[in-house]
Amino acid sequence: MYTLQGVTKQYTRGKSTVHALAGVDLTIEDGGRLVIQGPTGGGKSTLLQMLGGLDRPTAGSVELDGVDLAKLSEAKLTKVRAENIGFVFQSFNLIPTLTAQENVETALVPLGVKTSERRRRAAEALDSVGLGERLAHLPSEMSGGQQQRVAIARALVKQPKVLLADEPTGNLDESMRDEIMEVLETLWKEHGLTFIMVTHDSAIARRAPRLATIRKGKVTITENAAA
Amino acid sequence: MFFTYLRRELRRRRKAALVVASGLALGIALVIIVSSVSSGMSKAQDKVLESLYGLGTDMTVTKAAAAPGSGTGRPRFEFDAKDGDDDATQSTDRVMVQGFQSLAATTVDQVGKQTGVADAVGGLSLTVMKVDGQFKRGEFKQDESATTGGGGRGGPGGGGSTQPQGEVQGGGASFDVNSYTVYGTDVTKQDLGPLTSSKITTGRTFKTTETNAKVAVVDAAYAKEKELSTGKTVTIHGTKFSIVGVSTAESGDAAANLYIPLQQAQTLADSKDKVTTVYVKAADSQQIDSVKATIQKNITGTTVTTSADLADTVSGSLSTASDLASSVGKWLSIAVLIAAFLVAGLLTSSAVSRRVREFGTLKALGWKSGRVTRQVIGEALVNGLMGGVLGIAVGLAGAYAVTAVSPTLTAQLGSTGGGAGRGGGMGGPGRQTASKALDIALTAPVSLSVILMAVGLAVAGGLIAGAFGGWRASRLRPADALRRVE
Ligand SMILES: Nc1ncnc2c1ncn2[C@@H]1O[C@H](COP(=O)(O)OP(=O)(O)OP(=O)(O)O)[C@@H](O)[C@H]1O
Ligand SMILES: [Mg+2]
Repeated sequence: MYTLQGVTKQYTRGKSTVHALAGVDLTIEDGGRLVIQGPTGGGKSTLLQMLGGLDRPTAGSVELDGVDLAKLSEAKLTKVRAENIGFVFQSFNLIPTLTAQENVETALVPLGVKTSERRRRAAEALDSVGLGERLAHLPSEMSGGQQQRVAIARALVKQPKVLLADEPTGNLDESMRDEIMEVLETLWKEHGLTFIMVTHDSAIARRAPRLATIRKGKVTITENAAA
Repeated sequence: MFFTYLRRELRRRRKAALVVASGLALGIALVIIVSSVSSGMSKAQDKVLESLYGLGTDMTVTKAAAAPGSGTGRPRFEFDAKDGDDDATQSTDRVMVQGFQSLAATTVDQVGKQTGVADAVGGLSLTVMKVDGQFKRGEFKQDESATTGGGGRGGPGGGGSTQPQGEVQGGGASFDVNSYTVYGTDVTKQDLGPLTSSKITTGRTFKTTETNAKVAVVDAAYAKEKELSTGKTVTIHGTKFSIVGVSTAESGDAAANLYIPLQQAQTLADSKDKVTTVYVKAADSQQIDSVKATIQKNITGTTVTTSADLADTVSGSLSTASDLASSVGKWLSIAVLIAAFLVAGLLTSSAVSRRVREFGTLKALGWKSGRVTRQVIGEALVNGLMGGVLGIAVGLAGAYAVTAVSPTLTAQLGSTGGGAGRGGGMGGPGRQTASKALDIALTAPVSLSVILMAVGLAVAGGLIAGAFGGWRASRLRPADALRRVE
């Protein structure tokens, strides 16, 4: 469970300071699903970075299951990321020189999983996103949708508590967008993990049961009982 | 994963790896070529010195230089100018002690007793000048027109002079000067001295009992020129010596044309109990300078010349080239090496910059910073080693090419017209070669230590490049996974 209190994040570039997050209070239940939307530059990605332990807030606390990520040492924060957090990026972020299977394996490397088991689990994860036949393909040999599915397999292979996705369909055309959303929703249901996703897609936002809108660093929550 | 990732990176980003590797390769190849050429140079210099001294000689002792210009002892040739119709060939030879300076034979023992001297042996270097030819007295021919023509062409004394006028015609000489060198060697101690740099190719060398035998060993080149061979005899200043062996100088330049027992040489030169040079072997090759000082202090009137001193007097294209190799070559290769290291470092660092998102992503996935850094250093190290292999290959090829072409260098020995004072220091056979130039083929031998150094440089280059890249990678944050590059 996430508990955010008074989270601010300022970026200083020379003399100008950008208040990317201006005091965010937020709770996200385990197994919950939160969709984040808002105008560009509103602070969506920044919030996701705080949740994923990729960066630290300027002030405030980001507690994951009672542990304040803002105060953890770098080593411990790295460990939290390795064990508990799965990331899916807008631009896939696959290692271009590694095959699909090897890309998925990179998520298991920091956990010290043995090579043979790593391979097996990576193959399984790729199978679960429908890419069982493409283990040896390089990212450049796959379509955008396929690449994003490899990235999803990489995020989920370690069975994290939390899946964070920053505009996972942003770089995809419409047909692939639905396909990816389907994969994500299925996996979320199967794994029972906390799923937080940033999206620009208002159709998706409308269907979301819980919607966070970020504008100028401020969050407003909309509960949608109908969804 | 480390090796899989490393392999994949190197294979799929071959071009980038090759650029870094070839930069390092250039530097390493240059170092190999320069150091092998310089070792070839010093080898050539050693050869030059060896041809003067023989193997194992650390220094020579000669008489200290006398004041220049004293013509005492210089040879004088005397020929009878015969009357006009006598055109018989005359021949005469003079045996001279080289440098016209000699030491008492007792000096050899004296030198041998000095501390730090392992062995000392004396030798007498002689030059034999042989002149043969015809000498005619000029004939006086009366100038007939002068007498009939009256005083028109008379001298200052006015006309009517009765002095006969005419000129000397046909006088003069037609002769051949031939000089060769003879070295009187101590047959009882044959492991030191100039003859050690030659190999007996036919016949035998002196027996230790032949201290005063009329036997000679002839240098192969001279033997060929004069059609001498074992079993034949050679006459030096009226004395017949039977040739027992032919020697070939290992460096191509012999110390003398003929070698005879020391006593015979002393008799020929009328220099009983004299030697020109004492060849000294030091007990410890690291102590040469102190041994030199000891000898010079304890035995007055001598000049001690070490190989190092002699090397200083080597001039000509060999020493120019060797100076070039040790100065320009060294600095050039150091500069290229530093440039190569820097370029490799910057290229590696910029390669990391292009992969900011990749490394950020790995950190976001929970990779420790150290693991990412190690990956970068590993790649750089492999690039360095590839550069090393490439550089060693190119360097070996370059060194091989130098050896194959073997450019000829000349070594001018002795003073380069730099005044008598310096020339005097040369002593011994050095004086003989003062006007002689040796041709030495340059080789570029690559030693194992040079290869090891190249490997070391490759590793160092890789580590430097890795340090640049690794430092860059270690500073990346996991949030860089979201950076919009490309
Ligand atoms: N590393 C950074 N340095 C400086 N400013 C930053 C940095 N990252 C984000 N910002 C600024 O913080 C604000 C919020 O950025 P953020 O990326 O969170 O927006 P976003 O809502 O994700 O926008 P988009 O929809 O375009 O992705 C923006 O004004 C952005 O310019
Ligand atoms: Mg964003």
